[in-house]
Amino acid sequence: MNFDLSDEQRLLQDSVERLIADWYTFDHRRSYQEDKAGYSEAMWARYAELGLLALPFAEKHGGFGGGAIDIMTVMEAFGKALILEPYFATVVLAGGVLRYGASEQQKMDIIPQIAKGSMKLAFAYAEPQSRYDLFDVETKATRDADGWTLNGAKGLVLCGDAADKIVVTARTAGDTRDTDGIGLFLVDAEAPGLARRGYATQDGLRAAEITLHNVPVRFAQVIGDPAGSLPIISRVADEAVAALCAEAVGCFIKMQTITVDYLKTREQFGRKIGTFQVLQHSAVDILVELEQSRSMAMYAAMMVSECDATKRERAVSAAKVQIGRSAKAIGHQSIQLHGAIGMTMEYSIGHYFKRAAMIERLFGDGDHHLRRLAALGGLIDPH
Amino acid sequence: MDLAFTDEETAFRIEIKKYLRDNVPSDIQRKLLEGHKLSKSEMVAGARVLNKLGIPNWPKQYGGAGWTPVQHYIFEEEVQAYPARTTYDYGAALVAPVIYTFGNEVQKKYYLPRIANVDDWWCQGFSEPGAGSDLASLRTRAVRDGDHYLVEGQKIWTSAAQYADWMFCLVRTNPDVKKQQGISFLLIDMKSPGITVRPIQLIDGGHDVCEVFLDGVRVQTENLVGEENKGWDYAKYLLGNERAIDASVGICKARIQRIKELAARTGLGGGRLADQAAFREKVCAVEVQLKALEMTQLRVVAEAPMQQSGAQDAASSILKLKGSEIEQATAELLMDLVGPYALPYFSEKERMTGDTPNIGPGWAAMIAPAYFSSRAASIYSGSSEIQKNIIAKAILGL
Repeated sequence: MNFDLSDEQRLLQDSVERLIADWYTFDHRRSYQEDKAGYSEAMWARYAELGLLALPFAEKHGGFGGGAIDIMTVMEAFGKALILEPYFATVVLAGGVLRYGASEQQKMDIIPQIAKGSMKLAFAYAEPQSRYDLFDVETKATRDADGWTLNGAKGLVLCGDAADKIVVTARTAGDTRDTDGIGLFLVDAEAPGLARRGYATQDGLRAAEITLHNVPVRFAQVIGDPAGSLPIISRVADEAVAALCAEAVGCFIKMQTITVDYLKTREQFGRKIGTFQVLQHSAVDILVELEQSRSMAMYAAMMVSECDATKRERAVSAAKVQIGRSAKAIGHQSIQLHGAIGMTMEYSIGHYFKRAAMIERLFGDGDHHLRRLAALGGLIDPH
Repeated sequence: MDLAFTDEETAFRIEIKKYLRDNVPSDIQRKLLEGHKLSKSEMVAGARVLNKLGIPNWPKQYGGAGWTPVQHYIFEEEVQAYPARTTYDYGAALVAPVIYTFGNEVQKKYYLPRIANVDDWWCQGFSEPGAGSDLASLRTRAVRDGDHYLVEGQKIWTSAAQYADWMFCLVRTNPDVKKQQGISFLLIDMKSPGITVRPIQLIDGGHDVCEVFLDGVRVQTENLVGEENKGWDYAKYLLGNERAIDASVGICKARIQRIKELAARTGLGGGRLADQAAFREKVCAVEVQLKALEMTQLRVVAEAPMQQSGAQDAASSILKLKGSEIEQATAELLMDLVGPYALPYFSEKERMTGDTPNIGPGWAAMIAPAYFSSRAASIYSGSSEIQKNIIAKAILGL
């Protein structure tokens, strides 16, 4: 039992922390946001250079064979910087689908391009009606002699407007909420019949609503079993939650330190406001929530590779419940302790709050995961 | 980063489990599980069983177990889960580390073996009517008179003082300096003339704490631990130890198991409480916080060898703060579970003997007292507010 990073993981952490210290101050971020894509292509190239885009993929496909702890390390640093680039969408989400579902040929075709930064991907798993249920899929895939044809609408596709290719979930059999009959299709973003409406999200990132009208997909673009891909999707979603928990912890760390620094510098009534006990206790509440969340993000990262699906899902859901709770507690208190300045776009704290609040809305909020955890019997089994 | 314990650690856990199964009287286990009151002899018997195995933290030369922090954690977890902890052992856990760290050879030789064998029952004479959270303002005076101190004053909230043979006591030996600098640490024989103990009834109906009056009590100067007027340092050291082992993860886990078992046989609306989504989710919300605390505690345990002692103390404040909150949450869950048969009141004596016929389900009688009693968790051993003051200062630098 230990909570230490390995030497390689520590090197990784150092290099990512250095990268964001040098290239991702709050002012940098603001300028990247004004770029055409809404993020920095130059940073994307730096991620590629550092090997971050290749991190979780197998070495034989041009990756570094990193695991959940490596991803946690990177995501935590990215959470501190509030990065805008579609790392989560490309590497964690679509990359996860490829790792678990793609054929050797597909991996050889796609992964090297991700790794060198020349291809971005998105994962269109959600639909307007699906809320947090991954199996709630209305989009239809119908089979013909040449392949499949997709029809339907996908919602909240992270990085949907910038992606070169989009992994789409579509139903090949059964009713909207059946767990069987769901397939994964790797669709070219420029495919005929695919229309995207890109938009900004509350946290300054980008997403898209996508409509599919008779979009043709060849057999070679099907990932995994077209009638039984939910297990892959669930697995990727669990890894996504673990990664988001780490990103949230990065946000929390910054909110905590920025707030305590503010308490040490801001003066009112002729003294530093950090000398007021009522504010000190609020700051302690933030710290306790941060430590509890950090513990659970580590727990999720260590458990997400667990083969026993029940154990894995329990752990991941528990972590997301904790993160959701802390996002509110830390977000609200850190804004409150700043007072009016905390409400401005000009100041950083609100941006961390907003990202944390949006993380809570991705891949299931606290209520959703508490329900799932309860349905799985909770964390502790009776005797 | 790895959650798995080593093979040696797992073997150690199995060894502890086996020892508890073979040595803890089954009657004591049952009473603890069901929340009965224990008699002094049961408490002593239980403490003796645990101390025989080895005392965590103590250096080996004084009969310590010589365990690693991880082994200590495993031991504590198993003891709490069994359950086998009959009482908080003020002797082994609190005064002994002060004696072997700051005491002289004569004191070590006399007290440590007696503490290990639970020959004496110890109580903690810290709080006073005017010195609760502001402990350093204590006023019990000890005035030197030849080879004796003459002790005059009053202690309060002293746990189990009615059973105690000895009290470790903070006394004021110099009233003319800054309040922290005039305090000494004395060991007082509870049979000394001039000591009166009056148990206080708490809201759960029990008498777990006492007032202790000291009227001209003569204490030999050889019972001073360490240096005169350095007692506050020893007390701070002691309180850090107290908090470090206070996060009751094992107790809370065992309680949640019990809640699930009881909910499965408690009827509600034609079904069972365990099948109600709202109740299950409420339990799960506590389980999540408990898991987070367990992980936080494991992080502290894993880092323990590398930590500076100051940081360790502050981390133990986080564990105490959150641990008491979660312990209280589990008591609340039990209260929500029990339903109307929480109402019948049983006296402390009835809860100790267990020979009064049940009213309603047998297990229901213990729930309300446990709930009332749980409110003390965020008050004793440094209230939650004091813990927050410590964290604000020591970790946040405010």
